[in-house]
Amino acid sequence: MADFLHMGGYAAFVWSAYAISGVVLIASLLLPLFEKKKIIKRIKHMLQEDQI
Amino acid sequence: MYKWFHQLGSPPTFYRWSGRWLPWLSLICFVLFVIGLYGGLVYAPADYQQSDSFRIMYVHVPAAWMSMFVYMVMAISGAIAIIWHMKLAEIVMLSSAPIGASFTFLALVTGSIWGKPMWGTWWEWGDARLVSELILLFLYIGVIGLYSAIDDKRKAAQSVAILSLVGIINIPIIHYSVIWLNTLHQGPTVTKFDNPSIDTRMLIPLLIMAVAFKLFYGIVLLLRSRNEVLWRERRSQWVKDTLGDKTDG
Repeated sequence: MADFLHMGGYAAFVWSAYAISGVVLIASLLLPLFEKKKIIKRIKHMLQEDQI
Repeated sequence: MYKWFHQLGSPPTFYRWSGRWLPWLSLICFVLFVIGLYGGLVYAPADYQQSDSFRIMYVHVPAAWMSMFVYMVMAISGAIAIIWHMKLAEIVMLSSAPIGASFTFLALVTGSIWGKPMWGTWWEWGDARLVSELILLFLYIGVIGLYSAIDDKRKAAQSVAILSLVGIINIPIIHYSVIWLNTLHQGPTVTKFDNPSIDTRMLIPLLIMAVAFKLFYGIVLLLRSRNEVLWRERRSQWVKDTLGDKTDG
């Protein structure tokens, strides 16, 4: 396990590359999901105003 | 075939169809990422020259491939949007830009992190591969910026399609830069399919990661396109029905 984390002495490079990739990919996934919630809220609000 | 294509282009059909496929795509993508990461970080043997630093390849290479693939999808759907006025193609073009920009950003950053221990430098302005990939990032940012800068969204979409079509010229430059101009970046190891100069145990995780990245793009593209479709069609009856029906995600 220690060997695995050590990455032949390149731990700082390998793990930072994977960490940045993970953050960017997860953010690209979450962003449209939050956006969807916002859009649905806005449309529902709009529909309610139409009814009044 | 044409009828199927035409139906898929209709917003409610697209919305329903994509909603049905998304959970399955996500599941397959997740499993591939787990297998690919295990393969790349554990199963693949250390490189005889680069030791374990080569493992950055498993995020760097798929990200770099996708940076070009997404650009081609964006430009081609831009062309379809201009020629056939297909709304869904326009949406695919617009939804692709931020994802492509993220992949390009990742390719540049992970490449830089790999370059430091291997080449002794984070960045080299004289390297054609590095600079053309940076130009790709600027093209994506240009597409996003141009679209938001023009108020008339019809005109904005047209201008963006033209910009991305013109920018296609950069793609072969990126691809062939390591062959034509022998500078810092190493040559291709995988795309020489007749005789790939890479160990099979290293290659298989890379291909799995490449498929996982491609599926990931598909998923985010569907999510973004669904949002755009929902908002554009907000006045239509099917959106009211869909939002009224709690069972549909």
